[in-house]
Amino acid sequence: MRRFSGINLAALAFGLAFLYLPILLVVIFSFNASKLVTVWGGFSLHWYGVLFSNPAYLEAALHSLQIAVAAATLATLLGTLGALALTRLGRFPGRQVFGGLMLAPMVLPEVILGVSALMLFVALDLERGLLTVALAHATFGTAFALVIIQSKLVSLDPNLEAAARDLGAGPVSAFLLVTVPSLLPALVASWLLAFTLSLDDVVIASFVNGPGATTLPVRVYSAVRLGVSPEINAISTIMLALVSLCVIAASLLYKRNLPRH
Amino acid sequence: MTRRGFVLIALPALWTALLVAVPLLMVLKISFAEPQMAQPPYTPLFADGALRIHFGNYTLLMADALYLRALGNSLLYAGIGTICCLTLGLAIARAVERAAPRWQPFLLVLIILPFWTSFLIRVYAWIALLKPEGLINAALIWFGLIDEPLVMINTGFGVALGMTYSYLPFAILPIYASLVGQSPKLTEAAVDLGASPLQAFWLVTLPLARPGLIAAGLMVFIPMVGEFVIPDLLGGSATIMLGQTLWTEFFSNRDWTMASALAVLLTLLLLGPALWLQRLELGGRTR
Repeated sequence: MRRFSGINLAALAFGLAFLYLPILLVVIFSFNASKLVTVWGGFSLHWYGVLFSNPAYLEAALHSLQIAVAAATLATLLGTLGALALTRLGRFPGRQVFGGLMLAPMVLPEVILGVSALMLFVALDLERGLLTVALAHATFGTAFALVIIQSKLVSLDPNLEAAARDLGAGPVSAFLLVTVPSLLPALVASWLLAFTLSLDDVVIASFVNGPGATTLPVRVYSAVRLGVSPEINAISTIMLALVSLCVIAASLLYKRNLPRH
Repeated sequence: MTRRGFVLIALPALWTALLVAVPLLMVLKISFAEPQMAQPPYTPLFADGALRIHFGNYTLLMADALYLRALGNSLLYAGIGTICCLTLGLAIARAVERAAPRWQPFLLVLIILPFWTSFLIRVYAWIALLKPEGLINAALIWFGLIDEPLVMINTGFGVALGMTYSYLPFAILPIYASLVGQSPKLTEAAVDLGASPLQAFWLVTLPLARPGLIAAGLMVFIPMVGEFVIPDLLGGSATIMLGQTLWTEFFSNRDWTMASALAVLLTLLLLGPALWLQRLELGGRTR
């Protein structure tokens, strides 16, 4: 009865091909010597050279990295505090509203997050730039960090921290010495997820960035709207490599920490 | 609340109040204003000691065919995308569930990995595949299946395909979870009682997987309705969706009030599915 049939194999093969072939083609054609994006003209690193001699892309990449590091760090901090409040404080008044609002950015469309954040920044008279993008991305990332950290916190045995307290540790050192080490994989995973979400976002950044704070996806997007080009294939490949490295690092870290529990 | 509790909650509560609640309330407020040539480009809610609420944006939303068509397109393409994701997702999730147990975690990582890689690049990849001189048309012509290139980009087909491709990994996981939790004895019993494997799947496995299918459907439907990048890159003028009209009102027409009214409409549209999903997940957790 429980057999892996031909239909199963076909579904799996089709599914994986469907998911991976388009990405693979972008990578392959980034090494294409021809300027035509659908005709293979031999292997070449030409388009990477073109890319690295274009200061506009390099500047945008630097902006994106700065924003992503700041947003991911803030999101992990806020997500941790929020998750602790939701799991450790019991039923406090307004818990539903607090949890709902923290998770709202996960459900709301990015156009709404972008337009609403912009209206706040305009009302506060905050000049649009790297800071405003980082703030909006941190808010977005916090929702995801909260979910990851909360699911880990729920599975932790609260008696461990209580035992540390009985043995003489203060509340802060008990938290830092007992809970944080077992929470570490979740913290790293949330940081990396918030980092990649920020690095990937076009829509929110388009609303809240200023003239001097164009991020890499926003610049790529304006180029993509004009059509396919080998340069964009090259930059896509670099972005894919960067994100894949993050994901692999996260999963390796996560695995190494697993035997501890 | 204890002092410790206050320390924990103060920062995230302040942050969400300022960066989530206040901006959403501002959008609601501005949706009832009128555009004006000033900074900020909308009329104040209070002027000359009186409350000024304009319903003009909402009456226009309900009357103008442009907005109604965008609303219809959002529901249509999100609906088609959801159905495609569920069908493909069920077939793939079933295949993973049937694979050798030691392969299953690896296959799941392989399926979710594309979801982590850049969204923009995955949509962009389809432009090169779908356009008239693109790879799919080139392959079909080379095989002699067609003479003229098919028009696939800037069509509803392109949008539905892009939606399905982008959100498929997201649909597979909940369906897999609902399949793997089932006891194989149930379908064995059905087969012992004379059902064919297909009947057993249809009458036993599928109804048991219903919560997973509904959760998967809602999880992909909600982001699809508000999608901007996919219809903007793969669609055309006939497939304009709500997210794009919001974008156009804001960036091209500089009408913040109409953009806000569209944001309110989109939020109301998603409120029902979002609450349904929340109830489903909470119900699943207590069971």
